[in-house]
Order: sequence, then C-alpha cells, then structure tokens
Amino acid sequence: MTATEMVRAENVHKSFGHLEVLRGIDLAVATGQVCCVIGPSGSGKSTFLRCINHLEKVSAGRIWVDGELVGYRERAGKLHELREREVAEQRSRVGMVFQRFNLFPHKTAVENVAEAPVCVQHEPRSAARARAAELLDRVGLADKLSTYPGQLSGGQQQRVAIARALAMKPKVMLFDEPTSALDPELVGEVLDVMKDLARDGMTMIVVTHEIGFAREVGDLLVFMDEGVIVESGEPRDVIANPQHNRTKAFLAKVL
Amino acid sequence: MTAEKVAERVRPEPIRAVPVRHPGRWVAVAVLAVLVAMFAHLLATNDAFKWSFMVDNMFRPPVVEGVRGTLVMTVAAMIFGVVFGVVVAIMRLSTNPILKSIAWVYTWFFRAIPRLVLLAAFGNLGILWSRLELGVPFDTEIGKLFGIADVQLRFWGISTRDLLVGFVVGLLGLGLSEAAYMAEIVRAGIQSVDPGQAEASAALGMNRGQILRRIVLPQAMRVIIPPTGNETIAMLKDTSLLIYVPVTAELFFRLDGIGKRTFLPFPMYVAATLWYLFLTSILLVGQFYLERYFSRGYGQGQRATMRLRGLRAEQGGLRPDPGGAP
Ligand SMILES: Nc1ncnc2c1ncn2[C@@H]1O[C@H](COP(=O)(O)OP(=O)(O)OP(=O)(O)O)[C@@H](O)[C@H]1O
Ligand SMILES: [Mg+2]
Repeated sequence: MTATEMVRAENVHKSFGHLEVLRGIDLAVATGQVCCVIGPSGSGKSTFLRCINHLEKVSAGRIWVDGELVGYRERAGKLHELREREVAEQRSRVGMVFQRFNLFPHKTAVENVAEAPVCVQHEPRSAARARAAELLDRVGLADKLSTYPGQLSGGQQQRVAIARALAMKPKVMLFDEPTSALDPELVGEVLDVMKDLARDGMTMIVVTHEIGFAREVGDLLVFMDEGVIVESGEPRDVIANPQHNRTKAFLAKVL
Repeated sequence: MTAEKVAERVRPEPIRAVPVRHPGRWVAVAVLAVLVAMFAHLLATNDAFKWSFMVDNMFRPPVVEGVRGTLVMTVAAMIFGVVFGVVVAIMRLSTNPILKSIAWVYTWFFRAIPRLVLLAAFGNLGILWSRLELGVPFDTEIGKLFGIADVQLRFWGISTRDLLVGFVVGLLGLGLSEAAYMAEIVRAGIQSVDPGQAEASAALGMNRGQILRRIVLPQAMRVIIPPTGNETIAMLKDTSLLIYVPVTAELFFRLDGIGKRTFLPFPMYVAATLWYLFLTSILLVGQFYLERYFSRGYGQGQRATMRLRGLRAEQGGLRPDPGGAP
C-alpha cells in the first residue's frame, strides 16, 4: 500500500453466526479524503465502520489504518491478536461519532471532551480542559462548557461528540449516520462542523443519507448493499449517472 | 392575530367555582384522631413502660458504647459488602466462565441462608479449627502417599481464639452475606447503563478498567445508590442479630443485658426501638443527599433548573412586553 493511504480494507468479511453481514469489502481512502458511504438499512455500513476500529473483529480479510494492521500483528506469516492495551492505543487514533451521540451524561460538555486525553493520554487535567474548551469553541459551543448533555439540543450534543473525538487528535474520523437522530433544522449545524473538518484536511469516512453533503464535500462515494460495495466513484458521477440498478433504485428513493 | 387586537380584548372574570368536597377525608381524620388519643393514653398511663427507668438506662455509658459499636459494625460490614459485592458483580459479568460460575454459586449460597443462622454458625466456627494455618492442602495425606510420616508444609498460623473474636466473626458473617446482595444490586446497576457508553469509551481508546471505573460505575450509581441505602438501613437493624455470635459491644446486646439483669425487659426493648428509630432517620437523611449527588446531569437537576427559570420569569425576567401577546 502507498504512504498516502490512510485506511485500506482488503476483502473484509464479517459474520454474526450464520448471518454474513460483510461479504468482501475492498476500500482505500487516501489521507485527507472524505469518503461517504450510502446504502439501504442492514447493508452492513455500521458493521464495516465498527470493524475499522476493531469494535467488531473481522471474520476474514485485513484492514490497515495509517499503514498499521488493525487488531493483529503479523509475524512469520501468522496473525497474532493484539493485547487489549494495544487495541486501545490503535482505537485512540481513530475518532468515532455515533448516531445516538453516546455522550457521558454524568459529565459536563468540557469534561466529556477532556475525559479521554486525561484518562488515556495522561495529559494534565488543566491542559486537557483548556484544549477541550478550544475544541468546543471550534464547534461553536464556547458558551456551553459546563452544561450537561441532558440540557443540550441534539445538534449541540452531536457537536460535543465530534469535539470529544477530535480531542484524541485522531488520524481518521468515522461518522455513523451523525445526523439521522436529529430534527431537520439541527442537521445543518452538524454538517457545517463536518465540512469545516474536511476543509482542514481530516480524513473522514461518513455513513450518511445526506446526499447533498456527499456531493458537496465527498471525494469518494461508496454505495453498499448486502455486504458488498456495489459501486463507488466520484460522488457527482455516481449520483448523476449510477451504473447499477440497485444504486439507481436506492438513489431514486433518497433523492 | 396582531398585537393590537390582543390588547383590545377584555380579560375575562377569574373563575370562582365551588371546589369538590371530600367528606371521606374528614371521617378518616376523626377516626385517626381517636386512635392517636388511645395510643397516647396507653403510653402515658400504663406503668409497664417505666419511662423514667427507661430514660435513666437508655443513655448509660455501656449503652452509648453499644451505639458506637452498632454504627462501627454497620459501616464496616457495608464497606466490606460493597467492595466485595462489586468484585463479585464484575466476576458475574465477565466473559470468563469460571469466574462467572464462582460468582453465581457465591450469591446463591449466601442469599439462601438466613442471617441469623449464618451468624449463629459463624459464632461456632472455632469448633472447626483450633488453629488457622496457611500452607499446602492435604500435606500430611500427600506425605503418607510417599511413605513419609507427618509431613507439614505450613507457613503461617494463628490460634482461632485470637482471630475469631466476636467483632471479626460478626463482621465476616454480615459482610459476606451483604456482599451477595450488593453483587446483585451492582450487577443490575451496571446492566442498566446504555451499552453505547462503553462502546463510545472503547472507541476513544479507554481500556476495560477505565471504562468501568470512570464511565459505567458512576452512571450505575444512580441505580445502585437507592437500594444500597435500603441495605444500609437493613444492615443497621441486622446488627441486632449479632447477639447470637455473640458480639458484646453492640446496642441490642447491651439493652437486652440491662433488661435481663433488672427483670424489666420491656422498657429496654422500647429503648432499643427509639434508638433504632433515631439512627435509621439519620441514615435516611444521608441517603437523600447521596441520591441527589449521583443524579446530577439527569432529570431531577433539569427539573430544578426549570423551576429556577420559572421563578425568574415570575419575578419579571421574562415578562411579556405590553404590546406583545400575553
Ligand atoms: N452484534 C450483532 N449481532 C448479530 N447481528 C448483527 C449485529 N450487529 C449487526 N447485525 C446485523 O448485521 C446486519 C447489518 O447491520 P448494520 O448495522 O451494519 O447495518 P447498516 O447498514 O448500518 O444499517 P442501518 O442503515 O439501519 O444502520 C443487520 O442485519 C444486523 O441485524
Ligand atoms: Mg447503521
């Protein structure tokens, strides 16, 4: 693989018991690229994202992030599982944003953001809080530092969640339908933050139903169905003239 | 609707309706008043209470010492129970099948035995061993197998009479039993936390210990604290069972002793009732503040803020301007 590739997946399979959810995914995302993933419900989009930071173990195939094999070490042609500590360290370099935010409800916004730097990277508490405040300012929440998640709107919560992931200085950000749980009028504020991030050169893999976002910001659009990548390419091309019938049918529904 | 139109409209007369009557309540009040009067009469006129005798004895130094013993035992047994209970709960939730079954057997065993029976049995543990020793199990038997007589591989020992003093036995009995109940409470608390929390923490690079300590347990506390408060109160009351070990530095043992010695047990039982009422009430207050602390960031705090906002609005903070809608 080349040095400019941030994420690379080769023939990734994943089964839950007899259910084969991923059936051979190949994907390469270059550093600084924004890759948008679309596809019908149950096609395996979330599962694939979760495989990238080893929240799920792949059944077959390999994934590399920044040139490093995810979850395993290859020695003399044999795969060895990484220890918990090593897996945690790999994960700390991959930011993840969830559909349901998953903020820590017992911690204020600034504590949510500062938690992992203090806990995982052993950053001094005061420095971490100062950096957390900067990040919250960057996502437009400078006035909500000591507010608990329960008192924030969905859009604000999701922006805190993005700041929380950024606090670990990740090399790549994974977004799993970040705007699907939001009221329509709150979607824009979250997408704006993500556009900012993309402009700053963050490598991003975004599962989304926001075709407009994919067209505007995406460098690569991937259409997944039934555990395989059916079609991928320049977002404008794929959206304007999809090659496969399944892609056409799906786009007709969401556009 | 424009603002002018609203201003033009006349404000209707306030409603003055006849409220619903509740005749049943008055009947209930009357009945209760009679019952309370009867009870007061009993307390005041029946000589068996021996109030002055009771008051004289209730605060004597040995009794106060007993109160201290009861409180110390309650706190110690609860700390033992909570710490060990958390360990058992984590074992129960682990993916390791051996740890899991050990934890299951533990909770099954100690929840099945009445505390009274457990304490009485623990009081007689000295019968099993005269000395407690640490070493290789079956050492003498293994020695015989190889034809060597009297092999002893023991590193450390202590006479059970030194070790199994009443307090230690009582603490062990109550603590082990409590740990079984606490394990169930903690397990329910941990399971009540949204799995998305652990997932988000793992995605940030936190390890299992950190996730449990910093994210899951603090949230589980909200579910764990109320039943733990109840357990503490139950524990305070169950220290009276220590009389069967026996533990001498304990409230009920002391009051019971005075009652037996003076052949006036009843006033001393009333004294015990009053003491336990008093101590339990203090615990209830403590529980209230703990619950409030651990529900921060959740509904109750939110409701309090809403109430504050409402207050400010009433004081003119959000008063609608004269031209605007009411
Ligand atoms: N832990 C699991 N155990 C068993 N089956 C699972 C598990 N996680 C996901 N699945 C199954 O895998 C399939 C793909 O799920 P996944 O969440 O990846 O889909 P998705 O493309 O993200 O869908 P959606 O758009 O609804 O989020 C589904 O059929 C789901 O039921
Ligand atoms: Mg999904």
